[in-house]
Amino acid sequence: MITATGIELRLGAVDVLSGAQLSTRSGQVVGLIGPNGSGKSSLLRCLYGMLRPNRGAVLIDDAAIGSMSQRSIARAVTVVTQDASADGIDITVGEFVLLGRHVHRGDHQGFTDDDRKAVLDGLEMVDMSGFADRSIHHLSGGERQRVMIARCIAQQSPVILLDEPTNHLDVRYRHEVLALVRHLQIDSIVVLHDLNLASRYCDHLALLDHGRVVHQGRPDDVLRSELLEPVYGIEVRRLADGHHSHFAFGPLSP
Amino acid sequence: MSVVVAIGLGPVGVAPPTVLKIIGHHMMGLFDAESWARTDDAIIWQVRLPRVLLGAIVGAALGVVGVTLQALVRNPLAEPYILGVSSGASAGAAAAILFGVGSWLGRESVSLMAFFGALGALALVLALARSSGRITPSRMLVAGVAVAYLLSAVTSLLILFAHSEYGARAVMFWLLGSLANADWSTLPIGYLGMGAGMILVFWWRRRLDLLALGDETAMASGVDPGRTRLQLVVVVAMCVGFAVSLSGGIGFVGLAAPHIARRIIGPIHRHLIPASAAFGALMLVWADVAARMVLQPRELPIGVVTGVLGAPVLVALVRKLSHNS
Repeated sequence: MITATGIELRLGAVDVLSGAQLSTRSGQVVGLIGPNGSGKSSLLRCLYGMLRPNRGAVLIDDAAIGSMSQRSIARAVTVVTQDASADGIDITVGEFVLLGRHVHRGDHQGFTDDDRKAVLDGLEMVDMSGFADRSIHHLSGGERQRVMIARCIAQQSPVILLDEPTNHLDVRYRHEVLALVRHLQIDSIVVLHDLNLASRYCDHLALLDHGRVVHQGRPDDVLRSELLEPVYGIEVRRLADGHHSHFAFGPLSP
Repeated sequence: MSVVVAIGLGPVGVAPPTVLKIIGHHMMGLFDAESWARTDDAIIWQVRLPRVLLGAIVGAALGVVGVTLQALVRNPLAEPYILGVSSGASAGAAAAILFGVGSWLGRESVSLMAFFGALGALALVLALARSSGRITPSRMLVAGVAVAYLLSAVTSLLILFAHSEYGARAVMFWLLGSLANADWSTLPIGYLGMGAGMILVFWWRRRLDLLALGDETAMASGVDPGRTRLQLVVVVAMCVGFAVSLSGGIGFVGLAAPHIARRIIGPIHRHLIPASAAFGALMLVWADVAARMVLQPRELPIGVVTGVLGAPVLVALVRKLSHNS
């Protein structure tokens, strides 16, 4: 479990986060939403040590993140990052997922059969079993994102953070990836732009504005026009089809 | 086998079986020393074998250092000299050759000054590249390039002020690299220093895989990129310091060996590190053969050979392999 309270972060001359708080919830998908520049990705990066906040506390299972080695942080929390495009290195899917097992092995140790089994299990869970020998460069955007998630599954850390996992994906893959995250039933925090996706796949939402979490709660309680409009600065209309809420944005009056 | 054949080649040719006999005689007391010429014995045991052995370790180290730096800065054009380390070594060596700086260090003062120059350059690069305890690829590249320019200018200034044509030629020969100074007394320390560096890099092979994927991915997998980069840079500088101090500034191997190895063996450092070492060693041993054969009895600086022969080979290979794939 990760708990962040009173997070203040200054990058250069900019106050990126000013008193943000956020926690994982057992077995649930927590969505982190907010306009561009509200500090979503920065807050997420504070949760796994990529950024060190100037003030505030990040606790992983009651231990301060600053007192933990990167390896013990990674045993507790893993990340689908935005940079994990593998552009610089032409690696196979199997090798890529296997690197998720690094946290469980010392530098001098080779990978074991257990590691290889974890890789196969991870690939099976994301429905990519036949892809182990394929180059990661020869995957579609959706397949690549599923491989990123397979690496996290193989890493077997109890918390998964996802930094805009639906970026650059078409409509079908967006739903596919988030449905997968939900299906895993692992404590997860996912940064999302699309409020329709947030409403559909998250159990809990945190709305970020100017570096603070201004509202938190069930999607139905957070995704309300009167809360969203001042944050996004645009008119929001909520439509319902009986099962799900849908949002229309824009100057709605003709 | 490459080593045995390479030892036999040179202005004075010695057949491979004789080479093996001479080595066997010196190492294990085998064979009768009367069955070959004494000059052959001296050439093989005193000159060529140390030379080939030095070429092999320096080539291997340059290959491994190249692989390491390419992963550290995530740039396939990175090479051992991009950190300014060789410029530092050259400035140190030039100061020793031209002005006798460090002459109290004794017979090996040029090598030692080169080594200290390499470490000094590294310290400068790290001081410039560090920010809140972390080193990022882009800062490291910029700092390395800046320090390289600065120290090359220092070397040029030293040459200008020395007013010594002989000294300038000596520095130039040294800058272009040569294995001609190889002897049994310096080989063990070279093997120890560069061997230890290569083993450390191989120890951290998976960290290199993860760093090549990106800092965020590395952190998510339990590797602190800033700290790992610092550790590896120190190891790299140590290897380059040893290599440059024993054989001068030999270019191109550190760039070409990893590229060739990567094309053939793939990007996983578990395989890539040993393969780059092997290709680096082979390249340098054979470049040295060419250096002493092409214009015999005159000898070419090995850096000229690696450049002239290596560039077309690399381009041809990359073109052919990318065409095939």
